[in-house]
Amino acid sequence: MVHLKVNGSTQAFDGDPDMPLLWYLRDILGFTGTKFGCGMALCGACTVLEDGKAIRSCSTQMKQLEGHEITTIEGVSTHGPHAVQKAWAAVNVPQCGYCQTGQIMQAISLLSSKPHPTDADIDDEMSGNICRCGTYQRIRAAIKEAAKERA
Amino acid sequence: MITLEKTSSTFAVVNVTRRSFLQGALSASAFVLCVAKTPLLAKAAGNVALGSAAPSIEATAFHPSIFLGIQPDGTVLIVAHRTEMGNGVRTSLPRIVADELDADWSRVEVIQGDGDERYGSQDTDGSHSVREFFDTLRETGATARLMLVRAAAQQWGVPEAQCVADPAHVVSHKASNRTIGYGDLAALAAKQPVPKKEELKLKSPSEWRYIGKPAPGYDVTEVCAGKPLFGMDVRVDGMLYAAIAHPPVLGGKVKSVDDSATLKLKGVKQTIPIDPFKPPHHFQPLGGVAVIADNTWSAFKGRDALKIEWDNGAHAVYNSPDYKKQLQETARQPGKVVHKIGDPDAEFSKGGKVLEAEYYAPHLAHASMEPPVAVADVQGEKVTVWSPTQNPQGVQEEVAKKLGLKKENVTCHVTFLGGGFGRKSKPDYAVEAAVLSKTTGKPVKVVWSREDDIKFDYFHSVAAMYIKATVDDKGIPKAWLQRSVFPSIASTFDKDAVYGSDGEMSLGWNVIPFDVPNFRSENGKAVNHVRIGWLRSVANIYHAFAVQSFANELAYAANRDPYDYLLALIGSGHVIDVKQPADVAAKYPYDTARLRHVAQLAADKANWGKKKSGNGWGMGIAVHRSFLTYVASVVEAEVDSSGAVRIPNVYTAVDAGIVANPDMVRSQFQGAAVFGTSIARTGEITATNGVIDQSNFHNYPVARMNDAPVYVDVQIVESSAPPAGVGEPGVPPFVPALCNAIYAATGKRIRELPLTRNGLA
Repeated sequence: MVHLKVNGSTQAFDGDPDMPLLWYLRDILGFTGTKFGCGMALCGACTVLEDGKAIRSCSTQMKQLEGHEITTIEGVSTHGPHAVQKAWAAVNVPQCGYCQTGQIMQAISLLSSKPHPTDADIDDEMSGNICRCGTYQRIRAAIKEAAKERA
Repeated sequence: MITLEKTSSTFAVVNVTRRSFLQGALSASAFVLCVAKTPLLAKAAGNVALGSAAPSIEATAFHPSIFLGIQPDGTVLIVAHRTEMGNGVRTSLPRIVADELDADWSRVEVIQGDGDERYGSQDTDGSHSVREFFDTLRETGATARLMLVRAAAQQWGVPEAQCVADPAHVVSHKASNRTIGYGDLAALAAKQPVPKKEELKLKSPSEWRYIGKPAPGYDVTEVCAGKPLFGMDVRVDGMLYAAIAHPPVLGGKVKSVDDSATLKLKGVKQTIPIDPFKPPHHFQPLGGVAVIADNTWSAFKGRDALKIEWDNGAHAVYNSPDYKKQLQETARQPGKVVHKIGDPDAEFSKGGKVLEAEYYAPHLAHASMEPPVAVADVQGEKVTVWSPTQNPQGVQEEVAKKLGLKKENVTCHVTFLGGGFGRKSKPDYAVEAAVLSKTTGKPVKVVWSREDDIKFDYFHSVAAMYIKATVDDKGIPKAWLQRSVFPSIASTFDKDAVYGSDGEMSLGWNVIPFDVPNFRSENGKAVNHVRIGWLRSVANIYHAFAVQSFANELAYAANRDPYDYLLALIGSGHVIDVKQPADVAAKYPYDTARLRHVAQLAADKANWGKKKSGNGWGMGIAVHRSFLTYVASVVEAEVDSSGAVRIPNVYTAVDAGIVANPDMVRSQFQGAAVFGTSIARTGEITATNGVIDQSNFHNYPVARMNDAPVYVDVQIVESSAPPAGVGEPGVPPFVPALCNAIYAATGKRIRELPLTRNGLA
C-alpha cells in the first residue's frame, strides 16, 4: 500500500507497485490532463510536480511515492487559472495543445526556483519538453510574460 | 488511385449546404451531433459541462444549415466539421460564419462535427480547411443573417431594407430606434423561406470583423487547464484497455504465441489475435496479438510478456543501405516522363557547361505527441467510435467495412488531436478498437505506445533525386532535367503501384517555377516495403529540398549571390502552367510574380547581403509554392567547429491569399520551421531486415527548444486572392534554406538528409 497526496487529497494505492504514476493518475484517478507521450522520460508530456518540483510521471513508479505530494495540471488551477496558464493564453501558445500541460508544469517548476529566468535558464529547463507543433518561441515568450506578472 | 491535391473549389459541400438550407426538412434522426455517451469529452465532443448532454444544431430554435443554429437565448452554435490538431480550425472556420452572421464571437459555441458526409469532405489534410469551405461558410452566415433581418422586418411591419444586422448580435431599425436580439428572432426567422444564393449580400472585405483579424484559439483556456479533450483522454463506462503486439515486418503473421506469462499478470483480462490484412494494406489493421486489460499500464506490461514467433514474410528483405543504392541507381537511369517543355536532350547534346547533383532524403515518422488511440463500442449492429482522427468519414467507412456493417451505423465522434501531420488520416487504429470491442462485447480503448507509433507508422517516403542542367555563360540554365524515385503513397492502395502518383508529382516536381526553356521531369520505379503515407507537406519535402538546393548550387557555380540568382531564375513574373486541374488553375493560377514578391519580402526583412557569409555564419534562401501558397524562407545558421548548428533567426514571407486568422497563420509557419528543423537535423527512419530501427525520441530525435530556431519572423502578404493552404506550406522551403545557409556558413553542401549524416547536428 502506497500513501500519497494528489492535488491535496490523500490517496492509498494497493495496485502494482511498479505502475508508473502517469497511469495511476490517468486511468485510475481520471486526471487526464497529464499526458502520455513516450513512456521513457524523453518528451515531458507527463510532467507533474512532486513536492513542488517537476518530475516525469511516466517514469516514476508508485512505490517511489510513499509520503509524497503530487500536483497535476488539475491541481494548479483550482482557484482560477495559474499565472503561467494566463500567460500561455495571453500569448496564444498552444497549437494542438497536447504537450502544453506538461510544458506549463515544467514552467511552474522553473519559475518557482528562478522567478526571473534568463533565456539560457529557459532553454535548460524547458528542453526536456518536446512540442511537435513547434511552439517553443511562444513558450519562451509566455514564461517571460508570467515572470513579469509575478514580479 | 489517390488524389493528393483535392483542390476542387466546386466541392460537393456547396450543394449539400444549399440543400440543407431547406429549413425544417431536417428530420429528428437526421442530425444528432452528439450522443449522451460522451461523458468526459467536454468540448471535444460537444462543448458542454462534463456528463451532460451535448447541444445539437437540430435542437436549436433556428437552424438554417447543418453548420449553424441559434438558441432562444441568443447563443449561436457553429459546427467545426474539420479536425482540430493545432491548425486552428475550431477558431478560423466558425469565425467565418460568425462574421457574415454579424454574431458576437463571445456568444458563439463551437460544436465539433461528428463524421457525416453531409458536411462534405472532413478529411483534414492537404491544407484544405479554409480554402475549400470559405465560400460555403460565408454563405451560411449570410443566409442566417438575411433570414433574421427578414424576421425582424416582418415583426415590426417595416421594409426589410430599413433593418440591419448589427455587430451587437441584434437586428435594428434606426427610424423607430428599435432593436431585437437574434435569440428573440430565432423562432420567426425559422419560418422565413430560405433565400436564394443570389439574394445574399456577402460583406466586402473592408466590412469583415473576424476574417483576417487575429484571434486566440477558441479552446485555449481549456487546453491550458488540461481538460479532457483528446482521444487519449476518452473514458467510457466499462471500458477495457488494449495494447497490440504488431508484426515487426509489414505483412508479417503470427506463427505461434505463448501468452501464459501475460495472463498471469494483475489487470490483464485476455489476449485476442487480430487477423493480418489482405494486401494492399490500405487502412486495415496490421494484425498481431492484442492484450486486453483494465488499465493501459497492465496492457503494455502484458504485451511485453507475450512470447510470439513471427513469420516475417516478403518484406523482411528491406535493408535501408541496400535500398538507398537501388533508388540512387534508378535515379541515374531514364525514367517515366512526367512533363516536358522544349527539347532538353537537344540542348544537352550541344555540349557546354553541365552541372549535376544527386540528393537523398530518408523516411520520416510523424511522431505526433499523442500516439494513435481510439475507443470503440460495438453494440449489435451499431458502433460508436471516439477517436483523434483527421478523417472521421474514413473511420466510418473502414470500421463498417471490417465489421460488415452499414457506414451510417458507425458514429464517429472526433476528439481533439494531439498532433496529426497526416498520420491520423489513416484510421487503422480505430478499426483495431472496433474489432476488439466486437470480440469482447465491451467498449475498448486501443492505446499505441510511442514505439508502436514510430515502428508502425505510415512513413513519409524515402526519396532519391537526380538533377542536371546546362547553363549559359551567365550561369542561367538552358536545359534542366530532374528525376525523382521513391516508393509511392499509391502503394498503400494498390500493391502493384511502383511509380509516383500524379498527386505526388504535382507536389513540387512536375514543373519548376523557373524560366527554363527546355525542361523534363521524370520519375523512376520503386517498390514499397513499409506503409507509405502523407506527412505534413508530403512529397514537397524532398522535391523542394532537391530543386532549391540545386538552384543554390547553380548560383555558386555562376559565382553569383544566391538571392539575386534566385530572382533571375524566377524571372519578372508571369502565370505558368503547373498542370493543375482547370478549375483550380482558373481560381489559383500559379503566378511567379507572387513567388518573387515573397522572396523579396523575406530577403529584405533578413537584411540579406548586409553581413558577409562564411566563418561559420551564413544565410540561405529558398522559395516554394505548395497547397497554392507562396512561401519564401531565409534561414540564418551558425555552425561551430564541432559541427553543431544553431539557427538564430528565420525570416518567412507567406502569400496565402486571404487569411482567416493571421495569428494562427503565424503559429503555423513558426511551427513549420521547427518541424523542418526536425526533418533537416535528425529526421531519419531506417529498416534492417524489414524491422524499423528507431523506436522512441532517443533514436528518432525531434527538435527541442534548445535546437529549434530561436526566432521565426512571419510576414503575411495582404491579399484579396482566394484563401490558400497554411498548415503545410511552411515546411518545404525551410529545409533547403537551412541547408543553403549551412553551405554559406561552411562551404559544406548537404545533398543527403539529415544533417547527422554529414557530421553536423
